Amino acid sequence: MMAFGILLLSLAALLQFFSSYCRSLIAASSKQPLSPEVKDVTGLTKGASGDDFARVIQLLHLCPERPEDRSSVQAIGAYFRMINFLRATVARVVPSLRAWTEFERAQCAYFAAVALDRRIAFSRDMLAQQMDT
Amino acid sequence: MPGPLGYSIWFLGALLEVSVVVCAVAKHSLRRYLFLNLYMAASFVVSVGRFHFLNHFGLRSNEYVYFYLYSDVLLTIFLYFALISLYALVFDEMKVKSIVRFAAVLLLAGTALFSYSVIAESADKILSHFVFELSQNLYFVGLVLTYLLWGAILKLRETRTRLIQLVLSLGIYFSVFAATLALRNLYPNLHVVWEYTAPLFGCLLPLSWAYAFLRLPEESRLSTARLVVIPR
Repeated sequence: MMAFGILLLSLAALLQFFSSYCRSLIAASSKQPLSPEVKDVTGLTKGASGDDFARVIQLLHLCPERPEDRSSVQAIGAYFRMINFLRATVARVVPSLRAWTEFERAQCAYFAAVALDRRIAFSRDMLAQQMDT
Repeated sequence: MPGPLGYSIWFLGALLEVSVVVCAVAKHSLRRYLFLNLYMAASFVVSVGRFHFLNHFGLRSNEYVYFYLYSDVLLTIFLYFALISLYALVFDEMKVKSIVRFAAVLLLAGTALFSYSVIAESADKILSHFVFELSQNLYFVGLVLTYLLWGAILKLRETRTRLIQLVLSLGIYFSVFAATLALRNLYPNLHVVWEYTAPLFGCLLPLSWAYAFLRLPEESRLSTARLVVIPR
């Protein structure tokens, strides 16, 4: 019984810490403007929406990985799935939660687009280095 | 003996621990986050020591078991002080460093006394039991303290992105560990699973700390209002 109580409490704490951590990752990238190329490629010309996330992630996987952003992209992927689950369950009956989940999904898509922008710049740098040598 | 997967997770963990210190040195943050880096350096040294004892004496030897237990409690105490150093950073402007230190030592002594009172009646191997109990209790104290620190960060509207991410990573680490310990007690027969989960989750903390040191400059700021999950 005691172990079950500890499990519930620690899972609740984990959920809160994890969502705040993901929001801090998103907040850190939300100030960065997207390059015109990435806007064109992803179609995020009028701002991001949650439905763009899967497409942007697919594009992200086409670029060479940067080791330093791998874990954050995975964390945001997990956060996005969590938000989707909320949207499909609780948000159906709570309208304010529905608007919030839409906003969060859009933020996740913007984060992925910023990561894509960085990976493209990284690939370009690598190519330039290879051309030099 | 651990299999290839066990060894891979172990080496990955050790590598990540070193990378935290390297990233902190490269970004000139070693002194500012000294206790965090000391904990990571100690973790690496302990990993090397455990590998040495495992190879020389074997998994079931007394030497390895004792080294594992005592190094574990030492690491937990290091982690506890790393957490307290984050408290000191959050409350930096209030000039309450000495009070934080005193309260931390008092809480550590209290936890040690409580752990002793729990195991005092067991007649044999009292020191090993004490060390194990203290280590477990300190993890739960750590989780509660991190939760309180997170509350203080929100209340004080702390804006330092790196500091916020370091605290949140620690919170994730402590809560995953507490959940794993609880699950271990509920399902002790799944020891094959537990053998890999602890070292795997152990990689989370150095990974996120290395990211915070590498990617986020000390000057980076964000509003804590964006981090609270309150649908409007």
